[in-house]
Amino acid sequence: MSELSVNHLLGIKYLNQQDIQLIFETADHFKEVINRPIKKVPSLRDITIANLFFENSTRTKLSFELAEKRLSADVINFSASQSSVKKGETLIDTVNNILSMKVDMVVMRHPNPGAGVFLSQHVNASIINAGDGAHEHPTQALLDSYSIRERLGNVKGKNVVIVGDILHSRVALSNIYALQLQGANVMVCGPKTLIPKYIDKLGVKVETNLRKALNWCDVANMLRVQNERMDISYFPSTREYTQQFGVNKALLNSLDKEITIMHPGPINRGVEITSDVADSKQAIILDQVQNGVAIRMAVIYLLASKIKH
Amino acid sequence: MSQKVLLNAKEVNIILHRLACQLIENHNKFSDTVLIGIQPRGKYLANRLAKILENDYKIKDIKLGHLDITFFRDDFRRGEKTLEANTTEINFLVENKSIVFIDDVLYTGRSIRAALTAIQSFGRPNEIELLTLIDRRFSRHLPIQPNYRGRQVDAINNETVKVNWKENQGEDSVYLVNN
Repeated sequence: MSELSVNHLLGIKYLNQQDIQLIFETADHFKEVINRPIKKVPSLRDITIANLFFENSTRTKLSFELAEKRLSADVINFSASQSSVKKGETLIDTVNNILSMKVDMVVMRHPNPGAGVFLSQHVNASIINAGDGAHEHPTQALLDSYSIRERLGNVKGKNVVIVGDILHSRVALSNIYALQLQGANVMVCGPKTLIPKYIDKLGVKVETNLRKALNWCDVANMLRVQNERMDISYFPSTREYTQQFGVNKALLNSLDKEITIMHPGPINRGVEITSDVADSKQAIILDQVQNGVAIRMAVIYLLASKIKH
Repeated sequence: MSQKVLLNAKEVNIILHRLACQLIENHNKFSDTVLIGIQPRGKYLANRLAKILENDYKIKDIKLGHLDITFFRDDFRRGEKTLEANTTEINFLVENKSIVFIDDVLYTGRSIRAALTAIQSFGRPNEIELLTLIDRRFSRHLPIQPNYRGRQVDAINNETVKVNWKENQGEDSVYLVNN
């Protein structure tokens, strides 16, 4: 097994266990590369990649751009706020115009779920989904699992709880798929209003008591409350949310064992986790960011190697 | 497919000792010299030479590393398969050091070209030399020649040279395989 089974990375749903294994092994090598005095390899010097961000992003965009540059690809950036999208151009037209400038790969974030899948059916380029609405965010899930593997040695058999706004989270869905594919047990925890109906059909446990969830898990992945996606009030107040679902040091210290804390960022300090937790040794939030570059290099490298010369 | 023995275990051993002595002649105490095995197959030869230098010739503190050249190869996307990487283990800076690249077979010279680029990520070495167990004559695509060679071989294009090591194949031997 030395090749991905897919030509695009649209979601974890389309990957198999061997794909994830291959991405992780390749990321191991790139992690070594990005810790060298010179952090760059020339593999992709004849590949051009367009980063299309129809939605705001800091971390993901920087991480992708850095990964592309460390592989020596040519990079062009595009954000919707400064483009002809505002003038009424359709998605396919926008992308085809960019592709006619000889672009080989597209990294896209879009507010609509399924935008990546749609694009992959209509344009001739390798597509990487960098987040499509509340649907999937595959590279985030990969780097989360990779960080768990790095910290705990293995993902298989581990208990992972995803806490917070599950309803609006693309990170949650991708993480559920990725963790289950690798044999982890997954639980979601949050206010009932922010947990989608029928989510148990995906084979995840559902819990509304944070203390119980934390006592069960080895790893807690804390999600941000996505106020920008909320059209109605899902809980009475931020203060009440924090009391029920925020993690603080006292709570962690009162558990039976030491658990690992993750956060995909951006953190709202004092809401879902307090500063002393975010900056503690139990948190691997900055490791996640570092691993993000290695994982994205691996994904881009493996997909680019399927683009024939 | 037929194969013929080029070197047996005894001959490999004699050649390894000669190569070790040649290295000592040029690098004396190895104080500013590092040995770099080119992954995947040069690793075995590099490990073996380092062991001989340490055990039989009492040279201490040999710096030994392994360099993977996958991401520096010039045939990315040109073959059928994805190029799979190996581990790089270089836990020292090569700035101002004398480097000896070690690989089992020198054929087109393209791997060495990639290695010359790859090593620059670890600093600017003073000089780089090349040691190979087998040098396939008349088959170079690039102007690259070894400084130390175990045995020169004339092999035509559909022939391959197969180097076995005790560590991975159970015996030390070199075969000329006719495909």
